[in-house]
Amino acid sequence: MDNISIRQIYQTCLIIRLFEERVVALYPEQKMRTPVHLCLGQEAIAAGVCFHLKLKDYLFTTHRCHGHCIAKGVSLRAMMAEFYGKQTGLCSGKGGSMHLVDPERGIVATSAIVGGGIPLAVGAALSVKLKKEKRVVVVFFGDGAVDEGVFYESLNFAALKKLPILFVCENNFYATNSTQESRQPLDNIFERARIFGIPGFRCDGNDALKVTNLAGRLVAKVRQQKGPMLLECRTYRWKGHVGPDCDSEKGYRPKDEIDAWIRKCPLKKLEKYCLKKRILTIEGIEEIRLKLSKEIDEAVEWAQEGPLPLKADVTQNVTYGD
Amino acid sequence: MPWTKVAVDHATGELSMNAGPGNGRLLTYGAALREAQYQALKRDDRVFLMGEGVDDSGGIFGSTLNLHKDFKGRVFDTPIAENALTGFINGAALTGSRPILVHMRMDFMLLSFDQILNHAAKLCYMSGGRVRVPWVVRTLVGRGWGSAAQHSQSLHAFFMHMPGIKIVMPSSAYDAKGLLLASIADDNPVVFVEHRWLYDLKTDVPKDEYLIPLGKGFVRKSGKDVTVVALSLMVLESLKAADSLKKEGIDIEVIDPRTLHPFDEEIVIESVKKTGRLIIADQGWKSGGAAEIIAGRLCNKIRPYLKSDIGFVTLPDAPTPSSPALEEGFYRNARDIVSCVKETLR
Ligand SMILES: Cc1ncc(C[n+]2csc(CCOP(=O)(O)OP(=O)(O)O)c2C)c(N)n1
Ligand SMILES: [Mg+2]
Repeated sequence: MDNISIRQIYQTCLIIRLFEERVVALYPEQKMRTPVHLCLGQEAIAAGVCFHLKLKDYLFTTHRCHGHCIAKGVSLRAMMAEFYGKQTGLCSGKGGSMHLVDPERGIVATSAIVGGGIPLAVGAALSVKLKKEKRVVVVFFGDGAVDEGVFYESLNFAALKKLPILFVCENNFYATNSTQESRQPLDNIFERARIFGIPGFRCDGNDALKVTNLAGRLVAKVRQQKGPMLLECRTYRWKGHVGPDCDSEKGYRPKDEIDAWIRKCPLKKLEKYCLKKRILTIEGIEEIRLKLSKEIDEAVEWAQEGPLPLKADVTQNVTYGD
Repeated sequence: MPWTKVAVDHATGELSMNAGPGNGRLLTYGAALREAQYQALKRDDRVFLMGEGVDDSGGIFGSTLNLHKDFKGRVFDTPIAENALTGFINGAALTGSRPILVHMRMDFMLLSFDQILNHAAKLCYMSGGRVRVPWVVRTLVGRGWGSAAQHSQSLHAFFMHMPGIKIVMPSSAYDAKGLLLASIADDNPVVFVEHRWLYDLKTDVPKDEYLIPLGKGFVRKSGKDVTVVALSLMVLESLKAADSLKKEGIDIEVIDPRTLHPFDEEIVIESVKKTGRLIIADQGWKSGGAAEIIAGRLCNKIRPYLKSDIGFVTLPDAPTPSSPALEEGFYRNARDIVSCVKETLR
């Protein structure tokens, strides 16, 4: 991978990190009245996979969607405005943080029903194939979604029709407060694809370069009409399932488990690598950080200043075109 | 299949039905559906058709027969995975296709409620109107021949509760074609409920494509004494009832709303202004069913004109039984409509 690409991936990880940290900082003001599922600690997967996507490629995600949307190029200010419930928000205040949609960037729907986005993505891939378009579809989902029947129904069909789709499971070992262990007999998500003849791979989701390399190979194969692929990325979320707090205080997860994962910070790891290989300098990093923080300042300001939707708009958009 | 035979017996009686403008070209309801899909598939590359058994030798009682040969790759069989299939049409519709999914029985749609109610119904809304979900789910309801509780249910009322879903229930071949073409052209998810016992009914069907607007009811028979709002197969039963009541000097008006959502309130209100009496005949249950929902939305508006209580011809609140003796006590037909009319007039 060339240095420009690595810098770009670093920048994507960093902007997601700073964006989520800003949400953490502002959330207690209680002006963002929408549940936020933060992806702090999981940034490398979004950055590494989306690095290979073009504007017209489709991306489907979940309730934990901020990082994926940012990595796909969605406007920060429109996202922030949506969190603030503004008319100027990505979905005019009708979706909130869990249903980010940006059709121009290939995000046509985001479902917060666990597993719900998986068949949507397969349907999009079917559409692409029937229309003989040159696009690929990537769908992100958690280890919890693998518990749902619709996951298997979707893999079966995607394999049957050899659809252009990459399934990316972000295995953070928890679904809300339930451990993977308490829900699944075997820790083998990537292998489950293989029973449908779908090649399944696993990688360290906190290693941005590993994710980027492997995802690059898989996306390329999907682009070459080689059929669906599945990638399981192992990672960990730093915050509670929902909201800006750490959940060790509530006893949901052991503090030392969280600390151990924070020591495996994907951003730090990449930063260290970049410094060692002289891809970036400390001053360079500080410069990027400042620039991105300013972008976020600007987004927050724009979002806070925007108008609220009108109460009367509540019944608008129930059917398309109204 | 035996119930095919039953259906033939029931649906080809002598009926005087005001089915719409035609040109003397008679087609069955099943053939009209097939023709609509053929024309849509032919004209519009974005349309595709899938479902369990759409390409088999029965072709969903003829309604998809051999379409897979004319439209290779765009008409295909599917795994038995109703919820995922519905997710697939959601995803395909979101990305510029206009899919049609067929369920041989409406009962099976219960497995796809998540993708219909949590997704299709609100994807447009949640996006602030930025995306659309233009699909049609064709779903058959049937009855009789001991089909029992899991192969007979007419579950259209469930969808009336949910904003964002359109519901269509054609009762003639003319409507079957025109409403299906309009449903395919619509930019929203449409649940299209077909009654198996109507499949062999013939009415005039123009050869060219035509659209019947969703939300426009139709007066099947005009009359002055009682308004009967009838859905799907109950339209036919009401027309039979009208024939027999005529002999007793009672003149009922039969209104077919054709779509439950949107619903043509105006046509019913106008009729009740004239008759002062309203009966609603549905092939679903009474409790929380289509008839109660229709009565609920109309009652304040028609109260000044009503000369008697609203009458209901609906199923008793029990699952569908199997034995013919029990089915006799379960299903409603022209006789029940006749007695309800007389009750209303008393
Ligand atoms: C069908 C359904 N069941 C339950 C929930 C409640 N819920 C929201 S997120 C979640 C856990 C999801 O875990 P996972 O898929 O691993 O994603 P993560 O939150 O870890 O990113 C649950 C159970 C839901 N949204 N949808
Ligand atoms: Mg998880």
